Amino acid sequence: MSGVSVTKAAQDAATTGDDLVVLSDVNKHFGALHVLQDIDLTIARGEVVVVIGPSGSGKSTLCRTINRLETIDSGAITIDGKPLPQEGKELARLRADVGMVFQSFNLFAHKTVLENVMLGQLKVRKADKAAAEEKARSLLDRVGVATQADKYPSQLSGGQQQRVAIARALAMDPKVMLFDEPTSALDPEMINEVLEVMQQLARDGMTMVVVTHEMGFARSAANRVVFMADGKIVEEATPDQFFSNPRSDRAKDFLSKILHH
Amino acid sequence: MEAREIVFDFLEGYDLLGAFWVTVKLTVYSALGSLIWGTLLAGMRVGPVPLMRGFGTAYVNIVRNIPLTVIIVFASLGLFQTLQVTLGGGDDFEVINFRLAVLALSLYTAAFVCEALRSGINTVPTGQAEAARALGLSFTQVLRLIILPQAFRSVVNPLANVLIALTKNTTVAAAIGVVEAAYLMKDMIEAEAQLILISAIFAFGFICLTLPTGLLLGWVSKKVAVKR
Ligand SMILES: Nc1ncnc2c1ncn2[C@@H]1O[C@H](COP(=O)(O)OP(=O)(O)OP(=O)(O)O)[C@@H](O)[C@H]1O
Ligand SMILES: [Mg+2]
Repeated sequence: MSGVSVTKAAQDAATTGDDLVVLSDVNKHFGALHVLQDIDLTIARGEVVVVIGPSGSGKSTLCRTINRLETIDSGAITIDGKPLPQEGKELARLRADVGMVFQSFNLFAHKTVLENVMLGQLKVRKADKAAAEEKARSLLDRVGVATQADKYPSQLSGGQQQRVAIARALAMDPKVMLFDEPTSALDPEMINEVLEVMQQLARDGMTMVVVTHEMGFARSAANRVVFMADGKIVEEATPDQFFSNPRSDRAKDFLSKILHH
Repeated sequence: MEAREIVFDFLEGYDLLGAFWVTVKLTVYSALGSLIWGTLLAGMRVGPVPLMRGFGTAYVNIVRNIPLTVIIVFASLGLFQTLQVTLGGGDDFEVINFRLAVLALSLYTAAFVCEALRSGINTVPTGQAEAARALGLSFTQVLRLIILPQAFRSVVNPLANVLIALTKNTTVAAAIGVVEAAYLMKDMIEAEAQLILISAIFAFGFICLTLPTGLLLGWVSKKVAVKR
């Protein structure tokens, strides 16, 4: 299917130096726990990578190191050719280019939906108010929550909140979007409305790193699946290869567990 | 009619309202001062700079453990009479002591504001700050735009208690000659025979100041609470 050819394109892009996110030999500890072990991962512009693996394998940590919400002990991470800077102005600028969507939405509780989507534009991008509002409204429309603009996050369903969170991240015109289990806090009937938004984003060519166990999404939207276990990347493959014919025992074992329940 | 005139006749010649007005001014200026300084202290205590964190912690632990009287007397004797600090010049002792009292009350109350705010900051889920950092906001922006507004909303009631305590604490300014309510009360008790009545009048005066404050802020607290 087209997934394979897109992967090819992405790999070609990688060899022509169009790598957007590059992690090389990244290590991280939490005390004695070695959460990330010699991680090498390259994400090309326009590529959609799904990260999958058992609980505690380091998926969230990996995601969070990419915008330096977690620091690393050794190795290097570059985004669009630039290494991640130390905490400060420089880092803030870089974070603005990396959108992040959290499992628990994390919408600003004291601000309306519209204000949530305008805040970064106003305070980080220094956009003017009218332009920021117009963009916020069009993004809210795009994710299907335009009518909720003046409500507070607590008045929205989980699925609506998560779509607002996606709009909030998109408002910064990010180069890459990170999703850390965006649907696992949602009631089943709301999962699809969020996945559809993400699928549309993928089709529009957004570079995405998605931690998720939603295999439907992985199969239809991902160029590549990265399987993690115990802090290591154990296997990388196309979704078709990975789900129908996993090579490692860890992946086989993991898939048999998530497929049979 | 007759009876009332006789009972309250000793009030003649005392500027009761003027004294309470000084109490109100002491309270309002000190409330503003302590709110600003207390917020800065709270910012330091949760900030990333170890030196500032250390300073904030030391400040709070030292200042809230010193009796307010000691701080006010130090401001008057130490700052003014020894170091000639007048906070804006002039040679009117009354005015200078008023300013020093506001300074001392602000410095003292700020420690309590800081602690109230810090407990409010702890009620803000870490995800709020993470989402803000992920957008590219700087540390001070995260604090100013996301954390503090939510923290303040959750500590209106504790801050109301601090404000009520401050209102009553202004009486300590009498120690350095600021003619506020407690100073006048002492004067009146020395000169008049109506000991209990005088005390009751002043107690009532303070309740008139603090009770509405408490009720109003209790209402505000419900009004601004952040729903999650
Ligand atoms: N701040 C932290 N301090 C200490 N240990 C942590 C911290 N964050 C995560 N860990 C530990 O690091 C390991 C990897 O955590 P991580 O959240 O990256 O896993 P995950 O793959 O995302 O798991 P899940 O599927 O449960 O979300 C876990 O064992 C976790 O307990
Ligand atoms: Mg996780």
